[in-house]
Amino acid sequence: MTKILIIIPCYNEGNTLPLILEQLLHLDLPAHYRMEIAVVNDCSKDDTKMVADLYPVVVLDLLVNLGIGGAVQTGFLYARENGFDLAVQIDGDGQHPPWELKKLLAFYEETRTSIIIGSRFLTEGGFKSSFARRMGIRYFHWLNKLLTGKNIYDSTSGFRLFDKAGIAIAAEKYPDEFPEPASLVLFSKSGLSVREVPVVMSERLAGKSSIRNFVSLYYCIKVTISMLFIFIRKI
Amino acid sequence: MTRIQIITIVINVIFIAYISRLIIKGKLREEYAIVWCICTFVLIVFSFWTKGLELISKLFGVFDPPNLVFTAFIFIILIYLLHLSVVSSKSHQSINRLTQELALLKEKMKKAENEDKGV
Repeated sequence: MTKILIIIPCYNEGNTLPLILEQLLHLDLPAHYRMEIAVVNDCSKDDTKMVADLYPVVVLDLLVNLGIGGAVQTGFLYARENGFDLAVQIDGDGQHPPWELKKLLAFYEETRTSIIIGSRFLTEGGFKSSFARRMGIRYFHWLNKLLTGKNIYDSTSGFRLFDKAGIAIAAEKYPDEFPEPASLVLFSKSGLSVREVPVVMSERLAGKSSIRNFVSLYYCIKVTISMLFIFIRKI
Repeated sequence: MTRIQIITIVINVIFIAYISRLIIKGKLREEYAIVWCICTFVLIVFSFWTKGLELISKLFGVFDPPNLVFTAFIFIILIYLLHLSVVSSKSHQSINRLTQELALLKEKMKKAENEDKGV
């Protein structure tokens, strides 16, 4: 029996959430998995909380907007407290098709890797995002390789699987703003294995990315600084 | 005593009274007030001791006394701003933790309530 928690961080995702939850609840995972879903409502201004309450899911309701990192970390804290074996982060905007989850799980069964990242860039087809964003992603690939020596192509992907060791570390010290690339350095330094699996992503159904154009320079600088300092800091 | 001395002394007294009022009303924590009290104290000393500034400037080898005032105060203000950033980062972190813990507790309570209804 493997307990698995799906963490869905949401900020104003009331429109897309029902579809994702329907798909997740009807997902037929192998029998030895017991799945629970945690929707983290990051102080949404729309009806996200009410929508989530209609489904048989755990709703973690944040009273203050913490940003994506703080929201996901709440999910990890819940997973740690309730003894989950695996946690999977899926964005609430419909970018990550729930059935791709099976690919992450299959890869986990095969390799027992601690952190598995669903990557857009290892296969053909599906949504690949804009040119500027791809340049940024290439830069982070380079910086990550420099700091950790690992080849992770889609370091900004928020579609990830964590095992128990990964959950423990993420619950303790997950970066709070733009956490995806920075957390890779954290996991590598903690001695966890990090691997990528090709998945097909769709374009987000609604809502905006947490990384918009006019903040992208700020994003790059901020993430670079936090990656460097996580690299220097003692774990 | 010159006119400017009287003006600075009066302003200092008003300033110190205002800080005290903020502390008494609980709007300013004592640890932040210390800096302000020291600043006013220094200003009061120099308003009475007019020769002091020239003397100290000579000591540091500063040619024009006002330059010493500007340099010293800008430096102190920068350090203090850094300190405030540290304070604000710390409270940011505390708010994060509190919010997360609160969300987990609310969920736990809801679960317990549902179980009670079930029985």
